[in-house]
Amino acid sequence: MNSRKIALVLGGSSDIGRATARSFAKAGWDVQLAGRDAAALEPDAADLNARYGIGASTHRFDVLDTASFDGFVAGLPALPDVVISIVGLLGSQETAERDLDHATTIMRSNYEGPALILGLFAEKFLARGSGSIVGVSTVAGDRGRASNYVYGSAKAGFSAFLSGLRARASRSGVHVVTVKPGFVRTKMTEGMKLIGPLTVEAPVVGDAIFGAVERRTDVVYVSGKWRLVMFIIKALPEAVFKKLKF
Amino acid sequence: MALISGWGRFPVVDTDLLTPRSFAAVGDAIAATSGGIARGNGRAYGDAGIGVSQTLAMTAFDRVRSFDPATGRIRLEAGVLLSDLIETFGPRGFLPYVVPGTRFVSVGGAIAADVHGKNHHCEGGFGRYVDSILLRTGAGETIEASREANPDVFLASIGGMGLTGVILEATLRLRPVETGWIRERVISASDLHAAMRALDAGDSATYSVAWIDCVARGSDLGRSLIYLGEHASASELPDGAETFPRGQDPRLNVPIDLPSMTLNRYSVRAFNELYYRMGARRAGGSHLVSIFPYFFPLDGVGAWNRIYGRRGFLQHQCVIPHEGALGVLGDILDRVSRRGDASFLAVLKKLGQGDGLMSFPMPGYTLALDFPASGNIMNFLDEIDRLVVAAGGRLYLAKDARQSRSTFEAGYPALQRFKEIRASLDPMAKIRSKLSQRLFDEVQP
Repeated sequence: MNSRKIALVLGGSSDIGRATARSFAKAGWDVQLAGRDAAALEPDAADLNARYGIGASTHRFDVLDTASFDGFVAGLPALPDVVISIVGLLGSQETAERDLDHATTIMRSNYEGPALILGLFAEKFLARGSGSIVGVSTVAGDRGRASNYVYGSAKAGFSAFLSGLRARASRSGVHVVTVKPGFVRTKMTEGMKLIGPLTVEAPVVGDAIFGAVERRTDVVYVSGKWRLVMFIIKALPEAVFKKLKF
Repeated sequence: MALISGWGRFPVVDTDLLTPRSFAAVGDAIAATSGGIARGNGRAYGDAGIGVSQTLAMTAFDRVRSFDPATGRIRLEAGVLLSDLIETFGPRGFLPYVVPGTRFVSVGGAIAADVHGKNHHCEGGFGRYVDSILLRTGAGETIEASREANPDVFLASIGGMGLTGVILEATLRLRPVETGWIRERVISASDLHAAMRALDAGDSATYSVAWIDCVARGSDLGRSLIYLGEHASASELPDGAETFPRGQDPRLNVPIDLPSMTLNRYSVRAFNELYYRMGARRAGGSHLVSIFPYFFPLDGVGAWNRIYGRRGFLQHQCVIPHEGALGVLGDILDRVSRRGDASFLAVLKKLGQGDGLMSFPMPGYTLALDFPASGNIMNFLDEIDRLVVAAGGRLYLAKDARQSRSTFEAGYPALQRFKEIRASLDPMAKIRSKLSQRLFDEVQP
């Protein structure tokens, strides 16, 4: 029986998920990678094992299949010390405005699924009296914008869920982290116009998440510049904000 | 479409830039193109990493497949960077056998260019430590090639500039090391002859390289500092020293294109004078230096390629066979110093036998010079090329953006054989770069 700590990464095949898994493995943690296609995660598990000599396992997890969540948690080889949800779906705002199914998928992928699964782990962690829960939300959830409010509102709900969970767990040994990356160069943002100084690479997010767990930070803006940007955006009067097309 | 260039920022070319995330996607991209090439981290200086119509960014293929700590054998995807390998496996006691002057190159790129390091004179190039590669050919096959299986393909791929196909994976041997430190010895040489003699005397050193003051003239022509190095053992480290130092992020950054006149004969002359004197003062004894500044001095300055301004720069790296090298190198350095066109960096080093069919190294001395891409530099470099060809030398393709077909043909006698192997792997000529188009592709109707 080894004594290494275990991190579970939900959304392990995403660029941020892979980078986060590396950040924990580099520090000597075992890693459980979970994603829709468990077989596709095998090369990443092998990579972590070859690089850092740690244990890495793969698990099937579908964020839209909420009925499977109890079985998923029960089926893990060990209850992790940290669970990190990187699951999310940007989707298309334009399509979501006309297509209820697409809008529903965005809302469920960014709010319902991540909140429910982290809530399940929260019960287990609270019963155990230890553990960290990390939810990757977004700065886009800080204020709804014309260009992505379906996605942003779901993330805002997720952020509120994490905030409440954190308050509830504050007197226990369980810690909750909300991560708000700004622009990250990933598969999801490929082809989008990103603002250079506000954009980071996925490994920076991975290291920020690991650091937040180690230091028990509550809310992490990966780039400090975003804290300022969002402070200004949140402070704009609605009459002004509604005229901004971004 | 995207405008891309090599590290020298010349030429800038419009091509389709794709980032495949599966080997199947690489195959699909090749099938769909009329001329594509794989690109690693974009550190080739000229047009080697730019496709005729399509460029495949391989950086998403960054996984290690397996590693055996007993033997140091590693299987990995071609987009893994040497910086990643060093940071991950250095602390575990393993480094690549060969590293070029920057650690920010991909394994695939290092194989394709058969990059050399400061140890080429005694330990060969990057390709020597490659056991096998997985290659996706222009014909759509995926083949494993090694010295035993498909040896023709393997040897054509070592130094083949990615033109035999897209390198997907490779098996390498890593060097066991006790520490991340180098015991360095600096020797000062007052002129070119002394520098070459010092390099000859340093043949038994694992690492050797000379930095040349390119603006020194007359009796000082070719004055140099020679850096010899050996891997330091754990017992050599002072108490409390980290066995494996951390690679630092660039301490300096060049955030914008500097005006192209920042580097001129006066600023470079002043810098070189200071640099030479400080080095000469350290000469004689030996001291420990971290592998990072020892192998990768310029990695300490982020985006240093901007220092030459918006028009970019050209690097000229030739190798001259031993016989007559003193005269030819002296002639080249004399022309450079008289031209007064500041070469920020001039490096002299000895090379041994190349490992691949089209590898750049041959026994002799290699000289690397930088020039801003401006004025009549093209004509000047053509003159230098004539000296190189007459001496039986050649130019490094990973640095090249402008040599002529005749210079290339004179320097690479294996070209015909290389073309035959390429034709057998890629009958439809789907794998083509701007470099191959410039230097040896049959002219398309």
